[in-house]
Amino acid sequence: MQSKISIKDLDFFYGKEQALFNISLEIPEHEVVAFIGPSGCGKSTFLRTLNRMNDTIPIASVSGQVIIDGKDIYAPGTDVVALRRKVGMVFQKSNPFPKSIFENVAYGIRINGIHSDREDMNRRVEKALRDAALWDEVKDRLTTSAFGLSGGQQQRLCIARALAVQPDVILMDEPASALDPIATQKIEELVVELKKDYTIVIVTHNMQQAARVSDRTAFFMLGKLIEYNPTQKMFTNPDEKLTEDYITGRFG
Amino acid sequence: MEHRIIDQQLDLLRDKILLLGGATEAAVNRAMQALVERDTELAKRVLDEDKVIDQMELEIDQMSIEILALQQPAAHDLRFVISVAKITPILERIADHASSIAEAAIVLNNEPQIKNYVDFPIMAKTAAEMLRSALDAFTSEDSQLSREVIKRDKEIDSSYKRVFNELLEMMIDNPSSTTGAAHLLFVAKHLERIGDYVKDICELNVYLTEAAFIKHSKHS
Amino acid sequence: MTEAATVHSKRRITNLVMTSLTAICAVFATTVLLIILGFIAYQGISSISWEFLTDTPKPVGEGGGIGNAIVGSAMMTLLAAIIGLPVGIAAGVYLAEFGKNWYGNTIRFIADTLIGVPSIIIGIFIYTVVVMPMGRQSGLAGGLALAIIMIPIVARTTEEMINLVPNSMREGALALGAPQWRVSWNIVLPAAMSGIATGAMLAIARITGETAPLLFTALNSRFYNFYYDQPMSSLTVQIYNFATGPFEVEHAMAWAATLLLVGFILFINIIVRYLTRKKH
Repeated sequence: MQSKISIKDLDFFYGKEQALFNISLEIPEHEVVAFIGPSGCGKSTFLRTLNRMNDTIPIASVSGQVIIDGKDIYAPGTDVVALRRKVGMVFQKSNPFPKSIFENVAYGIRINGIHSDREDMNRRVEKALRDAALWDEVKDRLTTSAFGLSGGQQQRLCIARALAVQPDVILMDEPASALDPIATQKIEELVVELKKDYTIVIVTHNMQQAARVSDRTAFFMLGKLIEYNPTQKMFTNPDEKLTEDYITGRFG
Repeated sequence: MEHRIIDQQLDLLRDKILLLGGATEAAVNRAMQALVERDTELAKRVLDEDKVIDQMELEIDQMSIEILALQQPAAHDLRFVISVAKITPILERIADHASSIAEAAIVLNNEPQIKNYVDFPIMAKTAAEMLRSALDAFTSEDSQLSREVIKRDKEIDSSYKRVFNELLEMMIDNPSSTTGAAHLLFVAKHLERIGDYVKDICELNVYLTEAAFIKHSKHS
Repeated sequence: MTEAATVHSKRRITNLVMTSLTAICAVFATTVLLIILGFIAYQGISSISWEFLTDTPKPVGEGGGIGNAIVGSAMMTLLAAIIGLPVGIAAGVYLAEFGKNWYGNTIRFIADTLIGVPSIIIGIFIYTVVVMPMGRQSGLAGGLALAIIMIPIVARTTEEMINLVPNSMREGALALGAPQWRVSWNIVLPAAMSGIATGAMLAIARITGETAPLLFTALNSRFYNFYYDQPMSSLTVQIYNFATGPFEVEHAMAWAATLLLVGFILFINIIVRYLTRKKH
């Protein structure tokens, strides 16, 4: 298996409090890996170490390695801006910018200077919207505010925005937790579709969702990686008693 | 720490499959008893009770589907429901074989006894013991016991070969006994099939406890 | 009556008394305000005329008006806004986005102190550093004094408004590989814009009503003055002059100018109400 991301002995601290303990994990290319676990287990924190979003927290500190395409992203001199372009992120609450639909998608292209001219920009925006399965719904109102879209559409817009900068990896932090079942289904179908071109890591509270979309599942508890296995194994015959108790709802 | 809605339903499902197992076991035992002791009344009772067994199968099927659809079980819970759903029709088929034996008994009881039933009770005893052990193994989730039961299928197979040859010789030596012998041959075949089914149940037991598929593999 | 019922009725009576008391206070406060506004309108409305709005002050008995004061107030407010808004907003952005350190805390403390300082002290300060070196009072000095009053107010409201922008929006931009300054400039600032505009309007309303800092700095002028290096008239100082004069006619003109000023401030407040309502 070809590892896209390889995490080695990762510890994470908020100030003096340790939030992640000695985590090692291999994420294969073109697969969907789901992180599950009870609230506060560290799965979101861990996800955010993969594109250094935790850098924005002044008291956070990391030790260990996160190797993406052979390079440790925590090595000194790492270009965080380039890293985040390569490792895109979609958040729990859809967070479109206070701009038009077009400008939301164009923003990342523009700041990274990816486009050559206006026509190229239009093409890229359209492609991103198509890839996010949103084009048909918004093509007639690209210049209207992104806030006019429904929750599910806003979330797909955020996915399109992330796709527009041509990342290799997409991190999704509970991308469907605020959506209704139909919008959720669309996001899930999209995740499976995007797997062909991207490596996807998704944090979810919804175990059925993890079961439906992911190839591998990692179960976290109290900042520790309890089990990491192929999803079908995880949901039919987990190795760890803790995992079994969690996925069968035995935690009171 | 746990008080899950699904637990109640799984317990109920377990009760139902054990009842079905018990009824199937009783049907096999009674059918053989009817044959050996030439008890036509008992044979008729076996045929009557098959309807009850069919009804039980239906209920378990419905309940399994309901649990899968509404509770979305995972891991061991999932394997349990799947095992129950797969064992149920097997038990029902075993009961069907018991009915067929009972029907043969009714025919044979009207004919003069053509043979001392020596091998039959042994074969029937082995099959009944296997079935009982298989159900015990299911209840206690004892995969070791299941593997032992699977090995015993060979005993039935060899008994069947012996009975088959014996009956064949009989038909050649004494053509007038052909009808009776043919019925007996079918009974032997039914017992042999029951052995195979019990083996299937044991394989599902191993799946339930170890999540391992040992069907179609040599190293059982 | 049982004990429980007694307690219950006691509580009900207390509740009734307290509610009535607060209601009476509220009515009192608004009544006073309405009386003031009504009185100003009653006293002022009769003196307002085209001549009053366009003419310059004349000797008592010859009419005259406050046209030059309106222009002066407008010019000094404009100067204060041109200096105060960019500096104030930039400072606010700094405080909100980068000011989570000792330096930011120091600036925040100074700004809060400055907001609390009596405005006449700002006037004296400008008198010392601008008026004395220049040798005379001027519209420039007046505008600067108003700008200094404005900056901390704008800075703090801008900071508050930016803090209201959901963090998720910042993260969304950062996750696309945007550097921090671009996030602040392209994403956060536009998102907070209507709130910042509200703050700016309120700051303008506040400085339009200032008298004390202008007394030492812009002084006054009896003529139309369009040059910032000359003493400049303003509504507030003109009102002060009229009101302290001995003649009834002057008092009437003071009332009229006051009505104009209050009307302007009311107008800005209505715009602010409109801006904030649109947001929700």
